[in-house]
Amino acid sequence: MTDLASQPTTPADVAPAGGAPSVLREIRRAMASSPIVTLASILLALVLVVALLAPWIVPHDPTRLTPTARLKPPSAEFWLGTDAFGRDLFSRIIMGARISLIVGIGAAVAAVAAGLALGLIAGFVRAADAIIMRFVDGMMAIPNILLAIAIVALSGASLWTVLVAITLPEIPRVVRLVRSVVLSAREEPYVDAAIACGSSTWRILHRHLLPNTVAPLIVQGTYICASAILVEAILSFLGAGISPETPTWGNIMAEGRIYFQINPGIILWPGLVLSIAILSINLVGDAVRDALDPRMSRRGIDR
Amino acid sequence: MSTPVLEIDGLRIAIDGGAGQGTEKEVVRGVSLSIQPGATTCLVGESGSGKSLSALATMGLLPSNLAITGGDIRLNGESLVGARPRRLRDLRATRMSMIFQEPMTALNPVARVGPQVAEVLKAHTGLSPAERRERVLAMLDRVHLPDPERLYTAFPHQLSGGQRQRIMIAMALILQPQLLIADEPTTALDVTTQAQILTLLEELRREEGTAVLFITHDMGVVAEIADDVTVLRLGEVMETQPVDALLRTPRTDYTRELLRAVPSQIPRPPRPVSPSAPVALQTDKLGKVYRDAGWFGTGREVVAAEAVSLKLLAGRTLGIVGESGSGKSTVARCILRLIDPTAGSILLAGAETARLSRRRMKPHRRKIQIVFQDPMRSLNPRIEVGESIIEGPTNFGVPREAALERAAELLELVGLPRSALDRYPHQFSGGQRQRIAIARALALEPEVLVADEAVSALDVSIQAQVLALLADIQDRLGIGMLFITHDLGVAAQVCDEVVVMQSGRVVEYGPAGRVLTEPEAAYTRRLLEAAPGRDWDFANFRPLERPASGGGQPAAVPAGA
Repeated sequence: MTDLASQPTTPADVAPAGGAPSVLREIRRAMASSPIVTLASILLALVLVVALLAPWIVPHDPTRLTPTARLKPPSAEFWLGTDAFGRDLFSRIIMGARISLIVGIGAAVAAVAAGLALGLIAGFVRAADAIIMRFVDGMMAIPNILLAIAIVALSGASLWTVLVAITLPEIPRVVRLVRSVVLSAREEPYVDAAIACGSSTWRILHRHLLPNTVAPLIVQGTYICASAILVEAILSFLGAGISPETPTWGNIMAEGRIYFQINPGIILWPGLVLSIAILSINLVGDAVRDALDPRMSRRGIDR
Repeated sequence: MSTPVLEIDGLRIAIDGGAGQGTEKEVVRGVSLSIQPGATTCLVGESGSGKSLSALATMGLLPSNLAITGGDIRLNGESLVGARPRRLRDLRATRMSMIFQEPMTALNPVARVGPQVAEVLKAHTGLSPAERRERVLAMLDRVHLPDPERLYTAFPHQLSGGQRQRIMIAMALILQPQLLIADEPTTALDVTTQAQILTLLEELRREEGTAVLFITHDMGVVAEIADDVTVLRLGEVMETQPVDALLRTPRTDYTRELLRAVPSQIPRPPRPVSPSAPVALQTDKLGKVYRDAGWFGTGREVVAAEAVSLKLLAGRTLGIVGESGSGKSTVARCILRLIDPTAGSILLAGAETARLSRRRMKPHRRKIQIVFQDPMRSLNPRIEVGESIIEGPTNFGVPREAALERAAELLELVGLPRSALDRYPHQFSGGQRQRIAIARALALEPEVLVADEAVSALDVSIQAQVLALLADIQDRLGIGMLFITHDLGVAAQVCDEVVVMQSGRVVEYGPAGRVLTEPEAAYTRRLLEAAPGRDWDFANFRPLERPASGGGQPAAVPAGA
């Protein structure tokens, strides 16, 4: 006999162990995929570390007023100068990173968690689909910022209301994404096989359908994170955000607006940090998407 | 002897190291062949044999991670290896062209088909729009498409698979190239349509003198269409012979294996019916109607299956054969209660299951299991094989440890090592995955096993192994098997009884030996006549002697039907 007939029986034929198709490993690879992405990852990590260690590294108390040193230009004592109340700009920006990241990560986690639950139900339970999706359609008809301002206006400005106000408008998009993934995954024969062998709906959902949503949700999560940081800054800038004495990037810029001609750094520096943070998050998110979705890289134009 | 149209000489193709992996892996290793004008050469081989890559290399369409590393390809004496992309573009469609397996994806779904064909003329000739339209209409007529004027403005989705493949052929041949490369052009089509397309290709080849390089895995098709045959295996040429010589006196062991693995159209001898065998599964007037409930009143109705009555005894195999859209899979899915039947009854091991709710159905699920067509998709890629296999038993309260132990035994039963338990599906080949899927189905010790085209996606040699495995399992466990297939050869080899379905209805039902040799229904007869290679007994390397079959009238096939 040739090896035709014996092919599947020999253990040697089974491919060498390669472990699970790991999402984490893909992400690590993605971060090293190009110099720009590496740079973005480093900057993002820097922002994270600074935000975590903020209370220990700030040179001044970010809320202490120093009436004698108002609107000072950068100096050895105040590295980026001071604002209209004599507070150290550098310290305020560092503390602001905390709020921004809490809002960004908090909104991403909350929106993904809520959207995942609703999306799974909408995708798998046919009766719930119509109700949930019409509700979602309704939510999407309202502009995000308008909805956020309305929520903050109704319930007063605090970190938590701002977080809720930013998270709520993001949920519908996650629901749609999860639902579409579930709709296509539930047609896979392995889901039919699971139904045929008597698996409960819950088991099918968390074992066979949920894992399919992980990759797209990681990517969507990074976008929500970036957009939440931006929306928080916008709300603060418009005066509908967290109370003005709390240092957030948006608050700093809102206050600095009037004194732009005296000390442009008050707008420039927080704006720059905000842009870098958002750009980094988006770049890393893009790289992760490319790594997790092989279709993006398959075909190049070479002929 | 004239110059060959195509000469491939010692062609080597390798996956270039590229970024990441430094290893160079050769996938085509010294393939040589030549085709004379007007001849058809078949390139035969199983998946991974390099047959499609050789063709793509000829067209200059290799994927960017592959590169030609040696040898030469000559079209009318002109070397194509290292030719500029611009020159290759000029040659494509004018001197050589290609048709693909899946006509739906080969055509642009958002453009009308006439202009798509005309685009070839626009790119390569200086004809005016009116002249182009004339040429296209003439060509559509040439490939026997009915009413070319109307089809010119149709979109691909409005055409049947056969019609789309005719459009592809029209597009490929409109500039009368000397070489046509056909890559599995009929694999995605039903047998009757396949027969029509093969006839058309043959006719065009004869009249235009086009040389054809025909790629296929199907020995039946080879027997129908080839002049010469080149057998490939893992990127190497095993042998090249005229078709008749190859089928009668194959020179290599590999070709012999390949031919032996082709399921014969002659039904196997009937097995004795045990009088005490209980009824494993019975359906009575089973029906499934899809209703498109509109907002106002009733919407469209599609009858997927109607009045299907069948009976399967324990230890027997009942085949359901039919073309795509015949409702055979619908019946299987109804029986498994993956979809809800709209009429009739299902008696599964003595219990009526057609109307049970999801919850009440659960205890009955262990009695019937299914093996699907596509082994790549029927196992969850993120779960270890062992976990997939024990999912069913643990649903029914078997402790994990005991279930895993049983899973290991099942893997050995289907010919895989125990160590496969904690590996992932992507570490196995298609045939191995199908074995795993069978092990999973057996884990619940079902009384009925449904095999829905379970061997259609496999290479013939693997297919033969899986069929042998299923037969062995049936012998040992005495389960009833519902075997759904479009391949009459496979049906002839495994089935005791056969149900022939067409458009959701049963047109013929009887013992396999009778239905597949002396069919009563006209449709069954058409199916049998369309089966490629039905005049050959491949496994014994000789033509079949059968009494001048089926009255001899070659049933005037409606063009493009």
